[in-house]
Amino acid sequence: MAKIIVMTSGKGGVGKTTSSAAFGTGLALRGFKTCIIDFDVGLRNLDLIMGCERRVVFDFINVINGEARLSQALIKDKRVENLYILPTSQTRDKDALTEQGVEKILNELKKEFDYIICDSPAGIERGALMALYFADHAIIVTNPEVSSVRDSDRILGVIQAKSRRAEKGEAPVQEHLLVTRYDPERVEKGEMLKVEDVLEILAIPLLGIIPESPAVLRASNVGMPVVLDDKSNAGQAYSDAVGRFLGEKIEHRFVKVEKKGFFDRLLRRTA
Amino acid sequence: MSIFDFFRTPKKASAADQAKERLQIVLAHERAGRDSPDFLPQLQKELLDVIKKYVSIDDDKVAVKLDRASGYSTLEVNVELPAPAKGAARAASGGKVAAAGNA
Repeated sequence: MAKIIVMTSGKGGVGKTTSSAAFGTGLALRGFKTCIIDFDVGLRNLDLIMGCERRVVFDFINVINGEARLSQALIKDKRVENLYILPTSQTRDKDALTEQGVEKILNELKKEFDYIICDSPAGIERGALMALYFADHAIIVTNPEVSSVRDSDRILGVIQAKSRRAEKGEAPVQEHLLVTRYDPERVEKGEMLKVEDVLEILAIPLLGIIPESPAVLRASNVGMPVVLDDKSNAGQAYSDAVGRFLGEKIEHRFVKVEKKGFFDRLLRRTA
Repeated sequence: MSIFDFFRTPKKASAADQAKERLQIVLAHERAGRDSPDFLPQLQKELLDVIKKYVSIDDDKVAVKLDRASGYSTLEVNVELPAPAKGAARAASGGKVAAAGNA
């Protein structure tokens, strides 16, 4: 049975799309047929992060409106087997997302895919509500920073009250915390919230800690999900998070300041 | 306290500690607001109307609060009555209604 995962945060700019791209690619790399849907109508970006922006012909909204078939709008990734992207419209607005329309397409996707990742827009309005409404799992992307943590708490409240599972009184949406842009050096200096603090405040299970890393920008520059950069610590951290999601026991890495060796210091090398 | 502490400047809470504390306070407040049922303002208004029939009181002299513990909820209604005309001490009467409910 296909699982629907929403990648959400409340706050913008914390790494939802980066995480959707990386996490979805990670699932596909492990052999699961995965589709990533961009719910940010009017501010399409998943296509750029995935590097398929020149292949978009039809989009999610076209399919909802019956202007195109799902198979015409789905873009197959050229690097990873089993990975598909459903881009959104750049010209329409969020009102184009109807509950019936979204449900119909998700049901159609569920027949074919193992995992469907809904990349939510920021905020708690229609686009974000539609992205989380049908979810079985919610991955909450949070930066160790006050406004992000507060908005994550808010979005958790929305999930617990307004998701379909909540409305129908079914088993609740399973929540997972993904801390991104974590900087152990600043944490050690007392300048940044510790992951333990964020966990204590939000009180949901920790899925992964993605370290602040230049690899993320490098990857987005070239339209490659960062998980494919398996030499980078961010890429490895995403891969670990996917493993944990699938039930593997993997210890959290990149949470302590790495001791630099003599030569590293001499050459001032950075990650 | 050892004699050396005297010379040390007191250690300030780090920025991260302050962030945590501020978050805990603001979220405690917001979560309480989120969970409180929306009938409270209406309840407060109707209670006021009933009391006003018998005693004249100020609108802001009534506080209605709902607290939740595991297994039960407490509805606390505090009404401050005006001082009697002949300069006697101010009377404040507080009433508590404990209602079982899902917390």
